[in-house]
Amino acid sequence: MKRHLISAADLSREEAVLVLDTAEELASVAGRPIRKLPTLRGRTVVNLFYEDSTRTRTSFEAAAKRLSADVINFSAKGSSVAKGESLKDTALTLEAMGTDAIVVRHSASGAPHRLAGWVTGSVINAGDGTHEHPTQALLDAFTIRQRLGAAGGYSTSQPGPAGHSAVKGHNADLRGTGLDGVRVTIVGDILHSRVARSNVLLLSTLGAEVTLVAPPTLIPYAVASWPCKISYDLGAELGQSDVVMMLRVQHERMTAAYFPSIREYRRRYGLDADRMALLPEHAIVMHPGPMNRGVEIAAEVADSPRSSIVAQVANGVTVRMAVLYLLLGGAEETASEREALL
Amino acid sequence: MTDVTGEWLIKGASIAGGQVVDIRLADGLIAAVGPGLSAGAAQVLDAAGLVALPGLVDLHTHLREPGREDAETVETGTRAAALGGFTAVHAMANTEPVADTAGVVEQVWRLGQQAGYVDVRPVGAVTVGLGGKQLAELGAMADSAARVRVFSDDGHCVADPLLMRRALEYVKAFDGVIAQHAQEPRLTEGAQLNEGEVASRLGLSGWPAAAEEAIIARDCLLAAHTGSALHVCHVSTAGSVEIIRWAKSKGWRVTAEVTPHHLLLTDDLAGGYDPVFKVNPPLRTPADVDALRAALADGTIDCVATDHAPHPVEAKEAEWAAAANGMTGLETALRVVQLAMVDTGLIDWAGVADRMSARPARIGRVAGHGQPVAAGGQAHITLYDPAAAPEAVEPATHASKSRNSPFAGMALPGRVVATFLRGTATVLDGKVTR
Repeated sequence: MKRHLISAADLSREEAVLVLDTAEELASVAGRPIRKLPTLRGRTVVNLFYEDSTRTRTSFEAAAKRLSADVINFSAKGSSVAKGESLKDTALTLEAMGTDAIVVRHSASGAPHRLAGWVTGSVINAGDGTHEHPTQALLDAFTIRQRLGAAGGYSTSQPGPAGHSAVKGHNADLRGTGLDGVRVTIVGDILHSRVARSNVLLLSTLGAEVTLVAPPTLIPYAVASWPCKISYDLGAELGQSDVVMMLRVQHERMTAAYFPSIREYRRRYGLDADRMALLPEHAIVMHPGPMNRGVEIAAEVADSPRSSIVAQVANGVTVRMAVLYLLLGGAEETASEREALL
Repeated sequence: MTDVTGEWLIKGASIAGGQVVDIRLADGLIAAVGPGLSAGAAQVLDAAGLVALPGLVDLHTHLREPGREDAETVETGTRAAALGGFTAVHAMANTEPVADTAGVVEQVWRLGQQAGYVDVRPVGAVTVGLGGKQLAELGAMADSAARVRVFSDDGHCVADPLLMRRALEYVKAFDGVIAQHAQEPRLTEGAQLNEGEVASRLGLSGWPAAAEEAIIARDCLLAAHTGSALHVCHVSTAGSVEIIRWAKSKGWRVTAEVTPHHLLLTDDLAGGYDPVFKVNPPLRTPADVDALRAALADGTIDCVATDHAPHPVEAKEAEWAAAANGMTGLETALRVVQLAMVDTGLIDWAGVADRMSARPARIGRVAGHGQPVAAGGQAHITLYDPAAAPEAVEPATHASKSRNSPFAGMALPGRVVATFLRGTATVLDGKVTR
């Protein structure tokens, strides 16, 4: 595995599958009475969050603690070049304290790239501006593999279109497999979504067929080179979707003229019970949270058996454990060498 | 000991890449040009293999003084200019305080005279404080000792169409020109990088080409309607070139400049989020670069202007969105033009003399500069060695106070060997003389 996880594009198919398989192994820990592994004992993981995100921060914190790492939460919200310490100085400060990994959330796209240039430890992107959020994509991929695989929803033996034909047995059989032929439809504010960017890259790497659905104003300007299809019509896509992933739409987009009103947005791009009925029987509904119930997703959809939203949260911890384990595991040798010298 | 101000005999230089002759400088003038001139008492500079160009004129320089002396001063910026082969630069108005009064432009002009490396021509702000609301006292700046002729809110667009119309009309009274930073503000709110494949992938807010082109089109129509002179700063898109070509075909008084960086660099360089590549207007696509080169070659774009924009280290050592826009360029401009335009066969050295000296001098109304290297003219001369082995750019060695060169590490051809301002050597053997 590489030293950093900054973009989903950093991962080859083999590496991505390794993360999912490692998460599968680690998931068993969550079922034990004592949910801790000694793997990262003595290692320090810093959560450097320039934006509020309780769910992502606590997910990383739980993941690191279950691997016995020391966790430091460094909330830098409100920091800016004008008002406070620069990102570089913060990086150098953390570096001097001896951190093995920095998990960074920042409102500026590319902040983790900059950080990686200033520190020797690993940098994990926990969401940067409107760029990427690779661990969210990994947990989404893990959830899709788990949910559809367990339901026998797609063939894992060979790439091919999704369907009910390939009846699969148990989760354990999923190890080593990607998401070949799974049809994933991502709906909502693609333009500003780091979740969408990371998912397009990762899911396509794993063999899935991704379609982005949004009003044209919320599709990035130049997506021709992206490994996905674009559609403006949600209803037309649902019948051929194994997965539909709804993204949060923010009210302030309306005032910037991306769409006329929340009401019209819901009518054209919201997922309600009627639209959900268009999905194939095995299809699942996802949402990275936090949800706007009644806007992009109706309550009866969010709470339906198709919904994977709670599973996504649970899987977030195990997938982040896998990422920390794989990124920091490679540095173990250096650490023991250091000890030998002392 | 070299007497930099004394008489000089430049032996065997090729005038703008043409005939090889000797050039004698005396009393600030070109005393004689011809073969086999005798040295007499003059100091001899062996110029075999060198191209003699009329001293370069930059229409677009940020010297940062007053106010941001941490980034550049008139002294350091003009030293950098001389090292780049320039003999005159236009100092942009976005200083602190803004150059929107006769007092500030005269201060900058005097600082330039004291430094003595190049002639500093202050640019006056079009509107008070670059605020885009009220015309600055353009006439007072024109009548001042600085004799301002170029007015610009550079960094900001004069977006209000009525104010732009009035500015264009008003400066006709003293043969002024409005140099517009063409950027539709609403279309570029929060914009970070050229709106295209790279920005979409990087999740950086797009700066659409249309935001530049819409203003240029509007301003060309206003220049036509008022019969006034419009100069378009740092043209960066293929579409802008088309509009300017059309306006010129109508005979309207429209001129334009392109920066060295827009002739060479493209938006994919932003891939690592290094803000040394952050600039306004942003780096564009390879197709835009091709169109800009062709336009400079065919004269649609009149001249190269550096938009030398020095920034202290901390302004660039930041996340992309928080970093400052701008790149240094004075010390690399001629070498970049050689690489992008001359070595590609698009223009010859006579073309370089035209696009980097004659035309910018004409646009800026800079008396005495931009004249052919011929007897009787003021002795503003740049000696350049196009055959010098390509050498990697090292910003740490630059005379500019700032280090934000996007060409760092790039091997650029050529070398400025000497620069003469009014017969005085400001640069000899690639080094400033004092």
